[in-house]
Amino acid sequence: MRLIRTLMAAATALAVSAFAAQSFAAEDPGPAAYAKALNGKRVMLVPLAMGFDLAQGWAHYLKKEVEGWGGTFETRDPNWVVDAGAQAITDAISSDARPDVLIIHAPDLNSYSKLMKKAQAAGTYVMLVDNPANFPADAFVGSDWDRLGQLEAEAAIKGCGENSSKKIGLVQGDQANSSSLYQYAGIMKVLEKHPDFQVVAKPDSNWDATTSRNVTTTMLQQHPDICSIIDFWDGDASGASAAIRDAKLDGKVFLVTTGGGEKAADCDKLQDGTYGAVVMTDLARQSGDMNAIIKFLLQSGQPAGTSHTYIYTLEKATTKADLKPDSCWDLKALQAEATAK
Amino acid sequence: MNAIGWPNFKSLNQEGIVFAIAVVLFAAASVGLPGFFTADNLVAIVRSVSVLGILALGMAVVIIGRGIDLSAVAIMAMSVAWYLQLLNIGTPDGLAFLYVLAGVLAIGLLNGFLVAYADVPAIFVTLATGSFVFGYVRSQLITQDAVPVPQDHWVERLGGLRFLDIPIEVFVFAALAFLVFLFLRYTKWGRYIYFAGDNPVAARNIGIPVRPMLVLRYVLSAVVAFAAGLLTAASLHSINTRVVNSTLLYDIVLVAVIGGIGLSGGRGGVRNVLVGAALIGILLNAMTIIDIPLLYQNLIKAAILLGAIIVDGIINPRDEQTAQQGDI
Repeated sequence: MRLIRTLMAAATALAVSAFAAQSFAAEDPGPAAYAKALNGKRVMLVPLAMGFDLAQGWAHYLKKEVEGWGGTFETRDPNWVVDAGAQAITDAISSDARPDVLIIHAPDLNSYSKLMKKAQAAGTYVMLVDNPANFPADAFVGSDWDRLGQLEAEAAIKGCGENSSKKIGLVQGDQANSSSLYQYAGIMKVLEKHPDFQVVAKPDSNWDATTSRNVTTTMLQQHPDICSIIDFWDGDASGASAAIRDAKLDGKVFLVTTGGGEKAADCDKLQDGTYGAVVMTDLARQSGDMNAIIKFLLQSGQPAGTSHTYIYTLEKATTKADLKPDSCWDLKALQAEATAK
Repeated sequence: MNAIGWPNFKSLNQEGIVFAIAVVLFAAASVGLPGFFTADNLVAIVRSVSVLGILALGMAVVIIGRGIDLSAVAIMAMSVAWYLQLLNIGTPDGLAFLYVLAGVLAIGLLNGFLVAYADVPAIFVTLATGSFVFGYVRSQLITQDAVPVPQDHWVERLGGLRFLDIPIEVFVFAALAFLVFLFLRYTKWGRYIYFAGDNPVAARNIGIPVRPMLVLRYVLSAVVAFAAGLLTAASLHSINTRVVNSTLLYDIVLVAVIGGIGLSGGRGGVRNVLVGAALIGILLNAMTIIDIPLLYQNLIKAAILLGAIIVDGIINPRDEQTAQQGDI
């Protein structure tokens, strides 16, 4: 009797737990929690400008994902003007539709620090992308520019080879932007380990292609035996490559640069030999990191300004030899996809 | 210069001072900097200021007629960006060129009309049309800041053209400088520009068609800007509209003004543009060879310019007789 009662109790318990387990399986609490945390949230991207490959790529991937989970995605276009960017951020913070996540592409180390602090005080998570700033953002997603510079220098050394003049020229961006400063530091770190290689000139292009061309022309005239030039951005490296072409040194000077990995800007130019190596950002992965952090922050319940995480994108110097069909992303294809919708 | 060829310091004007500074710099760089005084480097200097100089020629004509064209850089970059965009989406070349040329002429006419007939100050008109051109083309007609030149297009081939190993820009700059010189010096309309710039009311009273000529100057400036843009794209194989945000516009005004073209109009000529361009070209080239960082380059450039203006102020003090109405 006692045994039967025990058995029956056990059976009941089993049945109840089995039933409960079944209902648990039918109702995964994850999606509900996810939807509750994310639905209707606002994400805003304020890049340096909307008119160049990186910003357009980020916007494409972010928009797709954010709208996918029922949020709203907006961009602001300061068009390379620091003041306009500051205005856009100020307006965003004080508007009724204050964004829950603000993604900022900082023009330099300090300009937006106060505004970002204000945004966090208002409860907006601040994520820095691509360019670091002197500000403890909730997250930084982008390149480790120091590491990126090291990769460039290694590519340049390899491009020069052992039996070359071992003279390297740099075309820096400017002396204010963190991407330029850290890139330079990274390059010099590698060159310190290779004392036989020397930097013969390091002018600034101010990110302008014509200036890049002019300073590279001068550099090549002063040092016609330069074996490699590192231009700090593919946006102005067209100038350096024009100078190399004009000096009839194509194939003799190994041009290294960095860029967003867009097909026309990077892969096509590796293919035709304009660039020797490009340290490219894997844009889809970088955007994926941004999306993951956005989703994490919005569900974390953590107040804005309390977490500080760095998500560095894995970078790699690509040369013509290791070009693959998927090495680059295609802006034209993304734009066609956007217009097709 | 007096009879024995020694400069008479009493008559040394700003152009003379800037020319002297340029010569001193040139001599110092030739002696002190290895690789400065070589044929290749001299060509590079002229080339580096060719596009700037071409734009300054257009600006000079406008300024001599007591105006200013702040839309020049926007017209230069946006016209060519639109042209290349049209080509990239498959518009036939002739048609694309025609569209863009019509657009350029229209903006020049609009500038001229608003200044000449609506009597709006040139500084406001051209500031507004410049922003409009940039905003409209950037938002409506092109998709990216940088627009590449299609492969094997004539613009690309133009950039590779060399005579005696000298890039084409240098010849275009020289030819345009000569043409503008002939226009200003030997044509009736060219002389009228000085009259109109010096005293528009008097010029009108003696029967000079002041207003149609004003329109012509802005159209001329717009066309020159388009040509400068084509040359830029030819060399770089792309045009980046970001240049509109750069200091290029100020550099253009600077080249004209530092060479001695008064912003109040009626004074100066092609020679002043050449002197201004020479100073800027030599200065930038020497600083690049010495490898001076950009921040210091700007400081040095500004200090030399300030110095030239101060010396001019001391040697040629302004008073009621030399000052003009409309002096800035």
